[in-house]
Amino acid sequence: MSSVSADHGPPHHPALAHHFEDLEQQKEASSFGMWLFLVTEIMFFGGLFCAYLIYRRASFGAFAAGSATLDIGLGAFNTAVLIASSLTMAMAVWSAQMSKKKLLVLFLLATFVLGGVFLGVKVVEYGHKFHEHHVPGRHFTWDDPATAAGAEMFFSLYFAMTGLHASHMVVGMALILYLLVPAARGRFSRDWYNPIECFGLYWHFVDIVWIFLFPLLYLIGRHGVPGH
Amino acid sequence: MTDHVVSRKIYVGVFALLMLGTAITVWVAFFDLGPWNDVTMLTIAVAKATLVVLFFMHVRYSGRLIALTVGSGILFLMILLALALADYLTRGWVVLGR
Repeated sequence: MSSVSADHGPPHHPALAHHFEDLEQQKEASSFGMWLFLVTEIMFFGGLFCAYLIYRRASFGAFAAGSATLDIGLGAFNTAVLIASSLTMAMAVWSAQMSKKKLLVLFLLATFVLGGVFLGVKVVEYGHKFHEHHVPGRHFTWDDPATAAGAEMFFSLYFAMTGLHASHMVVGMALILYLLVPAARGRFSRDWYNPIECFGLYWHFVDIVWIFLFPLLYLIGRHGVPGH
Repeated sequence: MTDHVVSRKIYVGVFALLMLGTAITVWVAFFDLGPWNDVTMLTIAVAKATLVVLFFMHVRYSGRLIALTVGSGILFLMILLALALADYLTRGWVVLGR
């Protein structure tokens, strides 16, 4: 590129910050930083997974009964939607790497739409739970008094874990809108697409969280529930 | 730049494997395998997560610094789970619904 400047050395790429040797080092630094953030996110969700394991062991029958009330069809559909959104996100990164501006915008939009579908299904599922009085708290209703406390704990964890996951999706969708403007202006190319790469890491991380949430929440009570 | 561009074939292949894993995990959930339900479910989930990390998140093509960072994240998650469960599994602290 032709960004010659008198006051700071030889010409360099306009996207290269002064404190980096070259674009490659700059890219590794940003990916490293993003991964450090994701490690804190692993621990963030890890605390909830740990609580899940502890309470599930304390009352497995209640957890399985609670799990059996979730809609497996909607859960599986959402899993497929999220995996598809990971593919479109991976293709968005690919488009940026190939300097294909239109494809990049298209794949970012596809990822946004799939994220919206996921959240829409989640709204329907939450609606069912409110309707059935399965939301923990004063109006929680459960037929079997022996498993009521455990089932309420299951639904507390269900709402906490899927809620935290869904809020990550909302943040992710907002970030897509934020990235669409520079993407449409052609700011990302083979030489520099670090924001797209880092956002991709975030989106895939959120997908991984769901990969674990889906079986742990939806699939543990599908084959007859012990003690129920 | 020596940036690795992952081919579209690999992305689509990983996508297909992730869908297959999801289908298998749903299918298996309807059989009563005792403790093996959890083992199968978690094995498939870990395999799916590994595919995402290695290919979608490019760790397979990244430097050692990134691999070390990912590994340390997993290690600290294991420390969190192992130490917390070591207490909870051995002391009978949690009593729910009698």
